[in-house]
Amino acid sequence: MNSNIQKNKASVIENLDAVRAMIKRHKRNDILFATIGLIAIMFGLLALLTLFVDLVMDGYPRFNIQFFSDFPSRRAGSAGLLSAWVGSLLVMLVTFLTAVPIGVAAGLYLEEYAPKNWFSDLIEINVSNLAGVPSIIYGLLALGLFVYGLNLGQSILTAGLTLGLLILPIVIVSTREAIRAIPIAIREAAYAVGATKWQVVKDHIVKYSQGGILTGVIIGMSRALGETAPIITIGALTFIAFLPPSPITTEVPFINFEWLSSSFTVLPIQMFNWLSRPDHAFHINAAATGAIIIVVTLLMNGTAIWLRYKIRKNIKW
Amino acid sequence: MRSTLLKALTIAGVLSTTLSVTNTAFAAEKIIKIDGSSTVYPITEAVAEEFQKEKKVKVTVGESGTGGGFKKFCRGETDISNASRPIAQKEMDACKEAGIQFIELPIAFDALTVVVNSKNDWVKSLSVDELKKIWQPGSSVKNWKQVNSTYPDKAMGLYGPGTASGTFDYFTEAVNGKSKASRTDYTPSEDDNVLVQGVTGNMGGMAYFGLAYYEENKDKLRAVPIAAKAGGPAVLPSAATVMDGTYQPLSRPIFIYVNATSAAFKPEVKAFVNYYLEHAPALVKEVKYVPLTSEDYAAVKDHFKTLKPGTGFGGKNEVGIKVKDLINRIK
Repeated sequence: MNSNIQKNKASVIENLDAVRAMIKRHKRNDILFATIGLIAIMFGLLALLTLFVDLVMDGYPRFNIQFFSDFPSRRAGSAGLLSAWVGSLLVMLVTFLTAVPIGVAAGLYLEEYAPKNWFSDLIEINVSNLAGVPSIIYGLLALGLFVYGLNLGQSILTAGLTLGLLILPIVIVSTREAIRAIPIAIREAAYAVGATKWQVVKDHIVKYSQGGILTGVIIGMSRALGETAPIITIGALTFIAFLPPSPITTEVPFINFEWLSSSFTVLPIQMFNWLSRPDHAFHINAAATGAIIIVVTLLMNGTAIWLRYKIRKNIKW
Repeated sequence: MRSTLLKALTIAGVLSTTLSVTNTAFAAEKIIKIDGSSTVYPITEAVAEEFQKEKKVKVTVGESGTGGGFKKFCRGETDISNASRPIAQKEMDACKEAGIQFIELPIAFDALTVVVNSKNDWVKSLSVDELKKIWQPGSSVKNWKQVNSTYPDKAMGLYGPGTASGTFDYFTEAVNGKSKASRTDYTPSEDDNVLVQGVTGNMGGMAYFGLAYYEENKDKLRAVPIAAKAGGPAVLPSAATVMDGTYQPLSRPIFIYVNATSAAFKPEVKAFVNYYLEHAPALVKEVKYVPLTSEDYAAVKDHFKTLKPGTGFGGKNEVGIKVKDLINRIK
């Protein structure tokens, strides 16, 4: 008896050592993977940081009010971004107004209403595919469809619609993902008290998925902001020393739509133009513009994260 | 699916109605549309900038390249097209089909400059024949030694503009005798700054591009004097040698093409072109191109007054043409 216990004890101790060794080994793997992960993150972050610091170092002499309030010029020192940032802003406005309603509606339909059959599967595959289509393809489509087909010309409207199409898949996919994150119990509870489908969608689904949708929209918009290829394809101009007519006027009806058909330029195109100049002073302007685009993109993405956090905090399931 | 489609259709409908309203309102505004060559762009941009300060007319300038610019011009989308080479036969046909006539105006010179690394001390000059040996289609020259036995045994790195560029068209025409005929195993880039960097970083490097890019990078690169004939005098590109016609065959006139209808019926376009020719001598110099002589500008101005459409080239590029002869031909 006694010797048996002794024997058991010894084997447990022996086992314990083996277990300890195993735990140690697993912990080592844990640390190893954490280190690899950290290096992977650092790789991306450092690349971005280096790029950003480099741009700021090159471009800092141009960070002043004049740079934002001057039109482009042949003299690098007095050339500014006014027409470019106003153009970008107006194009983004059109993009927002087209991509968001269509994208959210499409996402809602696919997730809530569409019957599950081969046809909706086909649409689903296509939407995911569209998200991966190179942006130049959207530019070519827009050139044929908007510029010549619908005869909209090389206008702010054309650019806004093009970029709207470009980010549509992003908005649809993020809308669907946000909706999927809502627990089925919420829906069931609403139906249980007699809500119609539309009431469920309006009062619960849209409300709870706001955070996710918003994140998708902002990330899509920040992508659209930096897009150059499709805008060049539709034929945006490079030298514009005037602003589009103001969307808001002092006369009744206080809004006008002339700006939609105006010629325009956008930030990345202005940057591209300056970069291809022989004069090095223009390269400073290009660097400054690049830094500004990065800052605005980071701000937009930051806002997206903040909003998601804020909205999620208020939802308790 | 149906609801999305309906929405999209409604939006498209609303947008097109608003647009048709705005388009009519927009037509009343004075606007001059210019597009075309990125080589001519800096000059036109400078003129547009000054013109807009004085007159209440909007001017837009794009840079779709000479070919891209002519496409838009012959569709009647632009009033003026910048061109770093004469209009080609195909483009003339397209214009004719659309009923568009043009007035051809040379406005400055550009000198294609052959550059090498600043540490390259063996190349004193190159003749056009030697250039041809290097750049012709199927050329097997890979080492400087193959160009001239007195040159050191150094690998050659070739850089040049992309095939869509007017600079490429002219260089191949002038050196290889046929437009667009070139060896293909070189590093091409549409961005001349990339070519500058390429030659700067390669001791055996060689490239060709517009004089303005060389002027801005004189500290990093060396321009090679070019001899039109082997054994003949080698000439360095500069404002002086281009204007007196000794830097041949690599200097070329660059143009603007004015829509004849716009010139006749849009007073702002006429005013703009007159302003262009009036201020070209100063502005061309400022953006580091070579102006025509004052007699030539006077001749071009007189030619524009007559509003006579046509080209002096007949759809083909031509090496070494004099502006005076050209104007006489169009007349």
